[in-house]
Amino acid sequence: MAEYKWPEAEKRQHIGKRISRIDGPDKVSGRAKYSYDINRPGMLYGKILRSPYAHAKIVSIDTSAAEKMPGVKAVKIINGKDFELQWVGHEIVALAAETEQQAEDALRAIKVQYEKLSHLVNDLERAKAPAASLRKPAEGVDGEPDKAFAEAGLVIHEGFYGNDVITHCCLEPHGLVTEWSDDKNVMIHPSSQAISGIGGELARALEMPASNVHAHMDHIGGGFGSKFPVDIWGIEMTKLSKLAGGKPVKYFLERDAELAVAGTRPSAYARVKVAAKKDGTLVAWESDAWGSGGVGNIGSPPYPYVWKLPHQKKTFQVVATNNGPQRAWRAPNHPQAAVITMGAMEDLAAKLQMDPLDFFLKNIDLTGVRANVYKEELSKAAEMIGWKANWRQRGAGAPGSTKTVKRGLGLSIHTWGGTPHQSDCDILINGDGTVEIRMGTQDLGVGTRTTLQIVVAESLALSLNTVKVTIGDNKLPPSGASGGSTTIGGISSAARRGSIDALNLLFEKVAPTMGTTADKLEAVSGKIQVIGDATKSMTWKQACAKLGVTPITTRGKQPGKDTLATGGVGGVQMADVSVDIETGIVKMNKFVAVQDCGLIIDLKTAESQVFGAMIMGVTYSLYEEKIMDDATGKMLNGNMEFYKLAGLRDIGELQVHMMTGKGYDERGVIGLGEPPTNSPGAAISNAVANAIGVRVPTIPLTPARVLEALAKGGKG
Amino acid sequence: MSKSDERLIETTNDTSGVKIDPAVSRRNFLKGSGLALSLPLMAAETAEAAEPAVPIFGPEKVAITLTINGKPLKAAVEPRVTLLDCLRNDLDTTGAKRVCDRGTCGACTVQLNGKPVYACSVLAIEAQGHKITTVESLATGDTLHPVQKAFWDNDAQQCGFCTPGFVMACKSLLDKHPSPTDEQVKLGTGGNLCRCGTYVGIKAAIAQASAAMKKGGRA
Repeated sequence: MAEYKWPEAEKRQHIGKRISRIDGPDKVSGRAKYSYDINRPGMLYGKILRSPYAHAKIVSIDTSAAEKMPGVKAVKIINGKDFELQWVGHEIVALAAETEQQAEDALRAIKVQYEKLSHLVNDLERAKAPAASLRKPAEGVDGEPDKAFAEAGLVIHEGFYGNDVITHCCLEPHGLVTEWSDDKNVMIHPSSQAISGIGGELARALEMPASNVHAHMDHIGGGFGSKFPVDIWGIEMTKLSKLAGGKPVKYFLERDAELAVAGTRPSAYARVKVAAKKDGTLVAWESDAWGSGGVGNIGSPPYPYVWKLPHQKKTFQVVATNNGPQRAWRAPNHPQAAVITMGAMEDLAAKLQMDPLDFFLKNIDLTGVRANVYKEELSKAAEMIGWKANWRQRGAGAPGSTKTVKRGLGLSIHTWGGTPHQSDCDILINGDGTVEIRMGTQDLGVGTRTTLQIVVAESLALSLNTVKVTIGDNKLPPSGASGGSTTIGGISSAARRGSIDALNLLFEKVAPTMGTTADKLEAVSGKIQVIGDATKSMTWKQACAKLGVTPITTRGKQPGKDTLATGGVGGVQMADVSVDIETGIVKMNKFVAVQDCGLIIDLKTAESQVFGAMIMGVTYSLYEEKIMDDATGKMLNGNMEFYKLAGLRDIGELQVHMMTGKGYDERGVIGLGEPPTNSPGAAISNAVANAIGVRVPTIPLTPARVLEALAKGGKG
Repeated sequence: MSKSDERLIETTNDTSGVKIDPAVSRRNFLKGSGLALSLPLMAAETAEAAEPAVPIFGPEKVAITLTINGKPLKAAVEPRVTLLDCLRNDLDTTGAKRVCDRGTCGACTVQLNGKPVYACSVLAIEAQGHKITTVESLATGDTLHPVQKAFWDNDAQQCGFCTPGFVMACKSLLDKHPSPTDEQVKLGTGGNLCRCGTYVGIKAAIAQASAAMKKGGRA
């Protein structure tokens, strides 16, 4: 049985190099077809009537006028009389018409009577929430926290920290094109992070055979954790298609609906008490935390984040609010836990009058198994940002500060799992020498296609363009959903195993001709040769010609024999900011990230992932906020003017350093999507506190909040 | 997050097919007022009071001809249909993307007479008689435009949904400023947003494309 391992560093032809993504030309030329771009003959446009109230009961619905409107082909009530709507945007009626404008007009013709009920949309001030909205708190205790806090001579810091609700704001909204190809079969083009599973999910909802739903998607315009399910609109639009005689129906959420209902990152707030000895040794942690992900339950963020203090007391309470439901947001719970934990740690360091870098290093063993990784990364990041030269005690102002513009530095550390998901693939070696990998995965823009091409080409010792990559279809060998940084480990392991098996089959085919046995052959730079003897070789094409017209096919799997991918990473980020204390505006000067992720397949797209996470991090730290109006229960910024994303001018200078080589490569491939997203909020918040001398407790760090914190002077 | 004024169309009184009084142009009103694009109703009312003799089209579909990438293409759309929706839904030209649909994010950027515009903020009937250039026209077969090549080389795309708009904005920037200053880069890309965070690559791409285009690459 073959042995599966990654090639030694000096033998790698493609792995670890900077390789441009293979779908780049399609994306830059506008040729890449996203599901939103799919136009089908006779296609109808779907629309959904959504609740204008945060909490209301439907008293009556009359769709008769809408049904008679020009162009309207199908109308279906999703949630009818007596249904209790739980958030603004909750679905009521779906319809489809020949043009989008006709569909919009028809929505306006639907008459709904509502009975308004009381609502709660914000939970920053938990004390104001009605008892009915408060779930029973969960509690956890490690060690003897009460006794530990009572110890004499400790320095104790108490503070409040928080993260408001944000949304995913995928640029391609959620949605799909769906049609009944005949009376038994459905074809969908979704925007999905789970192409292998979405067909089965739709089939279950429609009570039809899973094999009768075909799902295909070439490209996806962002997901970030929000695009796993087929969603109510996927199901209802498919029903509308049936009502309309099988005609294709296109439905993609309008921007306001996308921001209101297609996913939020839960809020996270906490009152924290943390104690250390005078020399900075961490002793005990206590946190009273809460958060909301809408009407449903959510899990607690990991408090305290990364640091495993010997004595801990933690409570977490869910607050039910009338918001569109939460969905996994790139590294669920970690960024929020980082803001709260690292904020409290930095404040404690300030109270101890310690440099937080020294404070972190002093306690680094409390981070557990990756203490040495963090040490190495802290030292690298400090060098990149010039920590020792630029850091000053809190409020003293880093060099370059003026009377009104204060500069400061902040840091944070983070972790993530990123273990591989389950994945199958088929490898085909054709008689003409071409190679194909087929896998039911999806490329969220992280370089999935490119990774597969690199792994297969590397394994067969071929040039990249010999390998065709076919993904994005549920008729291909199934691969896991892309979430939680599980994709790269899953797909690269399966591709490696399948390729090695396929190569061995080819060896068996050509060995007799070469007067040897398969186990004596190797593939080197486009040739098959006797191991260590380049004089006894044949070209890849000559070897494949022995196959005739029947390709070799193998099935690669993850999990499988031998370990090619693992999980568990550490990262460090440091931010350098300037804060105008007259306007409250925070400006990014420099932001550095040091990250490990095991063996890197493509350095170029790996670095892009980290840059992207940092920029997303600047955005959620400074700008992003789902602003909900207490009085009406509506989102006040359901658009992109006021739901603000950072622009090119807002990011300052960014630097990324990937930990690679010895000590890292041996761990195999580990996912990278989430980890670098975890620290930005904490690092930037800490830099602002360092600059202005007071903590701005809640992110985003808007000008108003900076000014408020300054006015309070750190009190209250 | 700030936006370049250069993005607004300057004047539209030379339409063919559909005649639009320049006084009624939403763009002219906006240009003069300096107001954001979020006040279309106000623009219409103000204009109506000043110019009662406004030609009326629709509300039924109107036959129009648009010059897209040098080719005249025919469509029948209601007057309220935007250039973006007409391109995407009626002409199957889907490079320009619909994201914010109200003139903020730039994913729908195309050129109108060589200048960048948000296709979501131009009506299809208004776009008649103008040269409309979309991202699809930049590459010739497999040969990418220097801006496109630079985006690819510098990994200035992840999910890629903002990329066509950014490519058009950057091409427009370099058409006007072949060697843009940092401030011109910020202004020229200030009307476009990316969610995946590809700005580091985009900055590098602009620098590479600027050098390549000066060396004799195609403008």
